Amino acid sequence: MYFKSILVKYGEIGIKGKNRYLFEDALMDNIRFALQGIDAPFEVTKESGRILVTFEGTYDYEEAVSRLTKVFGIVHISPVVVLEDKSFDAIARTVGDYMEEYYGKPDFTFKVICKRADKHFPKTSMEAAADLGEYLLDRFDGLRVDVHKPEVGVHVEIRNCVYIYSVDIPGPGGMPVGTNGRATLLLSGGIDSPVAGYMIAKRGVKIDAVYFHAPPYTSERAKQKVVDLARIVSRYAGPIRLHVINFTEIQLAIYDKCPHEELTIIMRRYMMRIAQSIALDEKSMGLITGESIGQVASQTMQSLMATNAVCTLPVYRPLIGFDKNDIVDVSQKIGTYETSIEPFEDCCTIFVAKHPVTKPNVHAIERSEHHLADVIDEMVKRALDTQEIIECS
Amino acid sequence: MMDVYFDNAATTRVYEPAAELVTSLMLNEFGNPSSLHDKGVEAERYVRGARETFASLLKVKENELIFTSGATESNNMAIFGAARARRRYGRHIITTAIEHASVYNPMKELERQGYELTVLPVGSSGLVDPEAVRSAVRPDTILVSVMGVNNEIGTIEPIADIVKAVKETNPETLIHVDAVQTFGKVRFYPSRLGIDMMSVSGHKFHGPKGTGLLWVRGGVRIEPLIYGGGQQKGMRSGTDNVPGWAGMAKAAQLEFENFDDKVAGLYDLREYFIDQVLQIKGTAVNGGLRPGSFTVQEDPLACAAPHIVSVSFDDVRAEVLLHAMAEKGVSISAGSACSSNHPDISRTLKAIGVPKEHLDSTVRFSFSFDSDREQVDYCINALKEVLPVLRRYVPGGRKKRR
Repeated sequence: MYFKSILVKYGEIGIKGKNRYLFEDALMDNIRFALQGIDAPFEVTKESGRILVTFEGTYDYEEAVSRLTKVFGIVHISPVVVLEDKSFDAIARTVGDYMEEYYGKPDFTFKVICKRADKHFPKTSMEAAADLGEYLLDRFDGLRVDVHKPEVGVHVEIRNCVYIYSVDIPGPGGMPVGTNGRATLLLSGGIDSPVAGYMIAKRGVKIDAVYFHAPPYTSERAKQKVVDLARIVSRYAGPIRLHVINFTEIQLAIYDKCPHEELTIIMRRYMMRIAQSIALDEKSMGLITGESIGQVASQTMQSLMATNAVCTLPVYRPLIGFDKNDIVDVSQKIGTYETSIEPFEDCCTIFVAKHPVTKPNVHAIERSEHHLADVIDEMVKRALDTQEIIECS
Repeated sequence: MMDVYFDNAATTRVYEPAAELVTSLMLNEFGNPSSLHDKGVEAERYVRGARETFASLLKVKENELIFTSGATESNNMAIFGAARARRRYGRHIITTAIEHASVYNPMKELERQGYELTVLPVGSSGLVDPEAVRSAVRPDTILVSVMGVNNEIGTIEPIADIVKAVKETNPETLIHVDAVQTFGKVRFYPSRLGIDMMSVSGHKFHGPKGTGLLWVRGGVRIEPLIYGGGQQKGMRSGTDNVPGWAGMAKAAQLEFENFDDKVAGLYDLREYFIDQVLQIKGTAVNGGLRPGSFTVQEDPLACAAPHIVSVSFDDVRAEVLLHAMAEKGVSISAGSACSSNHPDISRTLKAIGVPKEHLDSTVRFSFSFDSDREQVDYCINALKEVLPVLRRYVPGGRKKRR
């Protein structure tokens, strides 16, 4: 069935007081961005607490729905029939045709829910609902009324036009990206970090990402995999700027000069420092990691404290209380899982000690880092200066 | 920085005249040989020409050649086609532990379908023992598939002796040879060798990708794999890949110009490379060291094809080494991708008994007739530069002093 328009309903942002228009405008912009490249001209308009996307001519409906259901801030969308003729007969006929076309032979319980915003319309909402219900009962044998728990609620809204819909396709919820500032994601090729980015973006935060590349220990394909992951997350989070940092020199220096059981912690502290410095340049207000308590040696409470100690920006860890299974579930839902499990190694097993510390002491770590004092600043600067920027969308 | 491509066993650069022919056919003689008009007839002329070329290079009959999309299709067609055609005579099939996946996996699939599969072991240089083949063949053995040259270590199998062993035990048993790494590197004539089927892949000898052929000895009946419009006498339906097959034939022609001189030169280059690489500490060459042939030699190391060298390096992971070499402009490939998240440990390296610590540190260098000493020198120098650095950072912790 052809729907010229799709009705977009949003939740939380409807209650944000005087800032509401900011959120609505951001959502409209994000919808426009998400629908870019769809094969028909379209218009995004705002009307009393909802957004209407109207397409001109034929378009790829499935694709449009798939894209809209990824835009944060949308609670659900409904394909809608828009009717300009507001006579009762025209409305009744159109509702009937809509039921027939969409459901074939309707065979379920239903209820008509009418909303009359246009007070010039001669019937009240209740009257219109009752009369339309009667019309549908006459026209379809399989329909039965159930006003308490209907299987299908047929919505008829009489405003400057008449809107008819009966289906809610769930959206992702959350807040429109861009309405809650900016944060910088430490993105690896694994399962967790893309999910972490997705979750923070869902709260309306614009995302940048940093990837630490260690050639020749990690391959070009590992890097490509991270770009692919950033692209998948960007379907929800909007365009992501990916900063690729060449980390080899720093890793080798740590390997040469620091105790091996502390390698991972020290490495992660430098990653945080570098990410923070990129974040500050990008006017980003926090760091995001995919850490979850106790998942690996570097994610114990002590280790998290040790890596956190080098950050002045807040570090957001949306997966902190998630089990691995829960994270995998989300990654499958958002479509990053298949890419995450491709077998290209990221920060190289070669640099993992056999028995890494699980309860690092911040002072001991700081003492070990002193061994790097004469070279590290220069190396960090070089890593930042030589960063490669890839815009992913 | 020099650009050195030593991964010719993976694929090769298309010879320029072959590429030109492909382009010209795509633009000019684009007809479908199945069409009756002039464009179709003209296109058919090129497919016929390609058939004539291979018939004369291999000394076989034109109607014994089936063009395909590559060796994977050819191997599948040979194995499934023969197994289906012969299922009434028996259900026993034989292959070796070091076959390419496009032979090994079809064999495994037949096993799943109820055929009985014998997988023969190989010796330390990768050689199949013809006597082991002889004792494996039974009255109900319908198919033996053995590769001509192994793709990972470059061992030439004693096909002539294997044929003798098979046919003396059961003359009805069909013999298939995966000749992907053999054709264009070893001179041989499948019909005279006594085998029944042979697979070839175009892109391994500077032809275009997506082209290959299967030779099936006249009188041997196999069932087709692909059904459709009945092209190639119903053996392989699907519109003829005119530019691809003509380009493959052109490449084959060029590959065989001055063939014996080129092969001798390549063996020299291989020896030169091995001399140099063994001078680097902590290296070992897998497979043969001296030129091989299709018969068993007294010297077990005289079994090498001219173009493939497999080298194991102590204390460095193959994956890391090849990325480091890529940074120097040298393209090589891992003999085996094996680490925690690579499930596919090389069957070949395991079968020849490469020690565990080398399974993950074995690299394949593969040459073409265009390779030269300057490239080898550059490659060796690059190895000498990167190895000490990489070996300082060995897996599982620091073994060497700082």
